[in-house]
Amino acid sequence: MKEAVPAASSVPAPRRPFPLLQEACIAVVALACLFLLDDNLSLLTNIAAMCILALSLNFILGQAGIASMGHAALFGAGGYGAGLFALHVSGSPLSGLLVGACAGAAVALASGALLLRARGLTLVMLTIATAQLLFELVNWQRDITGGDDGLTSFTISPLLGRFEFDFIGRTGYLYAVAVLLVVSVALRLLVNSPFGLTSRAIRLDASRVETMGGRVYLHLLAVYVIGGAVAGVAGALMVQTTSVASLSMLDFNLSASVLIMVVLGGIQRPAGAILGTITYMAIHHVASGLSPHHWLFVIGVLLIAVMVALPGGLLELWDRAVARTWGRRARAHHAG
Amino acid sequence: MSLELVGNIALDSVAYAMILFMITIGLSMTMGLLRIVNLAHGAFAMMGGFLAASLPSWLGTSTWVSIVVAVAAVALLALPVERWLLRRFYGRGELDQMLVTIGFMFICVALANTVFGSGIVSVPLPSALQGSVEIGPRLLQKHRIFVMLLGLAVLGILWFAVERSSFGIKVRAAVDNAAIAQAIGIDTARVYAIAFCIGAALAALGGIVGAELLPMEASYASKYLVLFLAVVAVGGQGTLFGSFVAALLLGGVETTVKYLLPQVSSIAFFLTMFLVLLVRPQGLFGRRV
Repeated sequence: MKEAVPAASSVPAPRRPFPLLQEACIAVVALACLFLLDDNLSLLTNIAAMCILALSLNFILGQAGIASMGHAALFGAGGYGAGLFALHVSGSPLSGLLVGACAGAAVALASGALLLRARGLTLVMLTIATAQLLFELVNWQRDITGGDDGLTSFTISPLLGRFEFDFIGRTGYLYAVAVLLVVSVALRLLVNSPFGLTSRAIRLDASRVETMGGRVYLHLLAVYVIGGAVAGVAGALMVQTTSVASLSMLDFNLSASVLIMVVLGGIQRPAGAILGTITYMAIHHVASGLSPHHWLFVIGVLLIAVMVALPGGLLELWDRAVARTWGRRARAHHAG
Repeated sequence: MSLELVGNIALDSVAYAMILFMITIGLSMTMGLLRIVNLAHGAFAMMGGFLAASLPSWLGTSTWVSIVVAVAAVALLALPVERWLLRRFYGRGELDQMLVTIGFMFICVALANTVFGSGIVSVPLPSALQGSVEIGPRLLQKHRIFVMLLGLAVLGILWFAVERSSFGIKVRAAVDNAAIAQAIGIDTARVYAIAFCIGAALAALGGIVGAELLPMEASYASKYLVLFLAVVAVGGQGTLFGSFVAALLLGGVETTVKYLLPQVSSIAFFLTMFLVLLVRPQGLFGRRV
């Protein structure tokens, strides 16, 4: 059986001329959206939370090659963790995020310890089974979790003791974007560190890393736990901004959607996750407004088209355009 | 627990397992032979079910004829899918294969929704298979018995085809070493295409006769995707008896727990799958890679 992830052309993360270009773009676009699309703030907040989740999957898949179709398990764990924390302990949003991160990391540690020795399709199936088991457990223990009614009736106290989560959702939106920016910078530091380099080495040739004395299993587990913490943050954020933790957060459909977003955008770099998430969510929003089933058709056609024509995802389009511009400029420089 | 309950559980388990086996054996063959993870396999079962349900009113054919025509039509529909779509992905990574077949499944689900609506469509069974028959002291549903016999027949025919026929020799050669098989003159592309169509046809057959247990609706292909994948993974990709045993195991566990403790039947199902894959990552009958 082939490895789940196609080999990338180069091991080191490409150094960009502007290190924080991605974060700057996110901040500018997010602020522009705040003024231009202020009727859709709840959708935009959702997109920001999904971007964090996609960054998490992009990290474990693109860096370490852990193909997961059960990422909803980590997302939902964070969400229910934050919801239960807000209901029983405290409504402080930042502590809630921390609890969500811990819940996601804990589920990642417990499940990852078992499943990270598997590869390929078996690994995919084990991640699916983990998410389904968690879904069924949450559904079954309805006294604690609210079952399929979801977990509600908790209140989130003002952010930093000052900014109320208002009805329009402006606080929630800015909060989500801020968390997204922090996560994005943190993951970038990690990707560019020796830790990230080892991850990519494992993805490309795990047995060689093993031969050189690398501890592949432990490293993969560390990557998975970090991914779990980030997914947990995304889940907590989603629950805090929507005031409900629902079973759909643990659904297989969500796991599949995130995987689609990440691969659609391109798994080589974190930017692909953002690109894929925004594309997917925008298509979902526009096409499902026209007719509830058309969007499946549109996404299906897009997926096939991208997989056939752009194996590197939408990022490849961008990279080609950049290469063309820079190439032309370089040639002009030589000629001059 | 009464004897009658045990009997009911056993009969339902086996009937359910045979349906799972018929639908998933094609998926298992696709994975073992073509090395393609086809997440759209359920769409073939769905096409079969919807065609069998609609042909009587579209063409005025009888139920038996409709079923045969539906199965044949799905086999023909599968041919261009393999040739024009999947063939491009033979050498690619699993992730790309999964994503492109998910895309195809989405399109099928969207089309089914547009044509047939989102409700459950009942697939008519021939009158000979309705009602029940008395065997000894017990009344047994004819449908369940028919499904059981059909599943065993499919197992027998496939076993014979793989182990004894010349086509089976070509298939096994292509599974073991596609390059050498090609070098000694086996047209592997043709073998792949035929095997894929047979798999799709069996899925359609399973979808039609199994519609009583897995109801036919537009979201069928995505709803039971995990179920079908689980059977293949637990059995081991590309193994005939693996899929059969895995279907019996998973179908048995789910049906039994559904009778006794309905709220945890899904938990039991996924726990079984999880444990089997932890102990045997290559599946029950799979070869270690």
